[in-house]
Amino acid sequence: MGLESEQSRLLLSKIATSDRHGENSPYFDGWKAYDRDPFHPTNNPQGVIQMGLAENQLSLDLIEDWIRKNPKASICTAEGVNEFKNVAIFQDYHGFPEFRKAIAKFMSKVRGGRVTFDPERIVMGGGATGANELVTFCLADPGDAFLVPSPCYPAFGRDLGWRTGVQVLPFQCDSSNGFQVTKKALEAAYNKARENNINVKGLIITNPSNPLGTTLDRDTLVELVSFINEKNIHLVCDEIYAATVFNSPNFVSVSEIIQDMEYVNRDLIHVVYSLSKDMGLPGFRVGIVYSYNDLVVQCARKMSSFGLVSSQTQHLLASMLSDEEFVENFLKESSKRLAKRYNTFTKGLEQVGITCLKSNAGLFFWMDLRRLLKEQTIEGEMELWRVIINEVKLNVSPGSSFHCSEFGWFRVCFANMDDETVKVALDRIRVFVCRGKEEDEQQQPASTVNTKRWKTNLRLSFSSRRHDHQEGVMSPHMMSPHSPMPHSPLVRART
Amino acid sequence: MGLSLRNQQQLLSKIATGNGHGEDSPYFDGWKAYENDPYHPIDNLQGVIQMGLAENQLSFGLVEKWILNNPKASICTAEGVNQFRDIALFQDYHGLPEFRNAVAKFMGRVRGNRVTFDPDRIVMSGGATGAHETIAFCLADPGDAFLVPVPYYPGFDRDLRWRTGTQLIPVACESSNDFKVTIEALNAAYEKAQEDNIRVKGLLITNPSNPLGTVLDRETLTSIVSFINEKSIHLVCDEIYAATVFSQPDFISIAEVIEDDIECNRDLIHIVYSLSKDMGFPGFRVGIVYSYNDAVVNCARKMSSFGLVSSQTQHLIASMLSDDEFVNEFISESAKSLEKRHNYFTSELEKVGISCLKSNAGLFLWMDLHKLLKEQTTEAEMTLWRVIINEVKLNVSPGSSFHCPEPGWFRVCIANMDDKTMKAALTRIRIFVNKELVVPTKKRCWQNNLSLRLSSTRLDDFMMSPHSPMQSPLVRAT
Repeated sequence: MGLESEQSRLLLSKIATSDRHGENSPYFDGWKAYDRDPFHPTNNPQGVIQMGLAENQLSLDLIEDWIRKNPKASICTAEGVNEFKNVAIFQDYHGFPEFRKAIAKFMSKVRGGRVTFDPERIVMGGGATGANELVTFCLADPGDAFLVPSPCYPAFGRDLGWRTGVQVLPFQCDSSNGFQVTKKALEAAYNKARENNINVKGLIITNPSNPLGTTLDRDTLVELVSFINEKNIHLVCDEIYAATVFNSPNFVSVSEIIQDMEYVNRDLIHVVYSLSKDMGLPGFRVGIVYSYNDLVVQCARKMSSFGLVSSQTQHLLASMLSDEEFVENFLKESSKRLAKRYNTFTKGLEQVGITCLKSNAGLFFWMDLRRLLKEQTIEGEMELWRVIINEVKLNVSPGSSFHCSEFGWFRVCFANMDDETVKVALDRIRVFVCRGKEEDEQQQPASTVNTKRWKTNLRLSFSSRRHDHQEGVMSPHMMSPHSPMPHSPLVRART
Repeated sequence: MGLSLRNQQQLLSKIATGNGHGEDSPYFDGWKAYENDPYHPIDNLQGVIQMGLAENQLSFGLVEKWILNNPKASICTAEGVNQFRDIALFQDYHGLPEFRNAVAKFMGRVRGNRVTFDPDRIVMSGGATGAHETIAFCLADPGDAFLVPVPYYPGFDRDLRWRTGTQLIPVACESSNDFKVTIEALNAAYEKAQEDNIRVKGLLITNPSNPLGTVLDRETLTSIVSFINEKSIHLVCDEIYAATVFSQPDFISIAEVIEDDIECNRDLIHIVYSLSKDMGFPGFRVGIVYSYNDAVVNCARKMSSFGLVSSQTQHLIASMLSDDEFVNEFISESAKSLEKRHNYFTSELEKVGISCLKSNAGLFLWMDLHKLLKEQTTEAEMTLWRVIINEVKLNVSPGSSFHCPEPGWFRVCIANMDDKTMKAALTRIRIFVNKELVVPTKKRCWQNNLSLRLSSTRLDDFMMSPHSPMQSPLVRAT
């Protein structure tokens, strides 16, 4: 068997036998726990609640409503079927003109009309996953590197580096300044790479940030753009969460910034977008590459053949996103609902002494549980994480999976559940924290040495049962929201 | 901007600044001519007729009828919108189970239920384009090679090579034996690669063939399997035209051969499929990788994240292809329509002395015009091609674009038009051929009279990728 499997490995490519897809990782515990025991308000109220999915489920009713009122948007209704053939045979990689126009208009609306987008620069990608890979293929050769501020989206390693052979180099941001990206940190990372003879081709930023949920301020953006311009490296801005901004400060897009920076070489500026988060339509695989570089637009467009948006879906969205009234209302309402949900959670957490990074966007919050760690190490964080999964029964995402160098931070998604589930989740957290307090108080007289180990009153309520999960089992995992069991029809979203 | 082109090129990757996309080619004339002057049965009777598109437009009536009778298949109808949320949120790269089940069943049905397909081996990709690239990424390293019998689909040059860095090595086939794939040719190509120090990772065959429209017989298939098994190289079978077989001999899938005829290492066997040709849905981007190799299934599945099928489309297709009655009717009616179109066209061509390779599948004819060539060279073929585009006003595809080693062959697509247009095309061919044959002296005048209306601009969008050089929303397919 051993020889056979070795021969098997030789049969395949290096890419196939490497693990840069990123799924061989110890982080599958959360998914396994969820899959084995998924929460259901009536059928399984004790199950694990999924809080590792950055999905936007709060405003789909608005879309369903629109769908009902606009049968011509579909090629399958009586009103729309006369278009079926034309749409079914359309595979031009330029995409439907009406689709590109509608996307360009939508992107502009999301940015408050402060900037317009040229439909001719809209290029399709297979979701943001495909779009990020595509743009990397255009900009960098194997061995080249992209810098990325961390904590960052875990799958950037796969999307930017797996099949491209490009290195993805995270550089650290920490809580001392709210994890803000600074020119200083960027410059240090750039210089370090150069010292190690690494050819840095670009910087990729996610704005609004995943996992932080914060937006970059104007000054920082200007600094970043100046920096890349000066070093003649590319800037890829993943603005996939642009319309999830629910509070001030306003979202500032890189597109707005460069309008006021005439001297900047626009050939270096590229935006990646998608409808997966802003509209809550991850299944539709609507990835967009928007580049200010003509050659990149042309090249990306040719590459889009590998991941075009289904013409059926283009047709539907062209119609939906051209409806200005719908779009305006959707954006406003979606923001409101996200704000409300965010406030419910953060207030609930505050009541039990748990703080989060102050954020104004995204579908998650960045929760600070550093005080609950036995030790400020990755092992400490993982141990706490397993407790949260197995005892509190919430599948949250540990900060280390986002390459965060400070331990004890957790990303908690809040927009992928209904109000009832929110209450249950908050109750569980409350119970867990309070139980920890009680246990701690009970132990106080017995041992002062123990309490000194803990810097606070909070104490973990451990089960002494050893978890029976195995480390390093190969299985798909949190960064790709795919069930380890192949037949689960459960919906997943990417982190 | 202030940046020189050289600076621009340094800014971008080698992949971006190279021409691996395959679109820098002199073959854009046909597309330009069509774009400039597209035929329309009412508005532009003198325009260029598009015969370079391998599309299947003959059976939409059946599909549209089914759509109207099955509103729940859509998440946008009143009957189906209750599913909207679940479908819109579903992005699991395993795909909807019902989608995989339906595609597996359909693939089996297309092969007369002589084999069954395992839904757990069905992996999605961005069309067959994405499927081929994914397979290459899984099986080969940069510099490795795939053998491909000529003539072959021009898009392979891009799909298998561009971003993967693999190479394609042609396997010689000739008209003297109807371009059959022979063991001698396979061995010759393989050995030459060895001499050149090129590592061959696999063999890629398209069955039924594009551009030939023929199917591989059992003996050839068996000897191919024997060959790759012996060399321990992969066999990738593009069976994208499987349901376009309209007459004898029957289609024999590689799936049947490895099941019934020959023992082999199944880890070497992979099928690429799509609904673009058989169903006529190229816009829906339904590409499938089906591998008998577990590691490849796992790897391809992870890679499918870069090109999943829209869940909206998965849902529709799942419903449609699960309807046994519809599927049976569609496959049978589609084959009938294709046969009718094929037979009419070929018999009309024969009447004016034009022969085609005898074929029983595909959406095109492989037309033999070598007798009309000034000389048996590629240049003469290109000259004739420009005449056909500019004088006869038909956009057909010259054999050299398919890497055909013999000049004078042209692929002519016949399933992408209505009857009226088909008749118009035949009339033009009749007129052209009669003109050439009636007055022999005119043949000598060819050398002087033909004005080549070549545009000197080179566009980056072109025929192998069915994309309009202009922002035309017109549909294309190769």
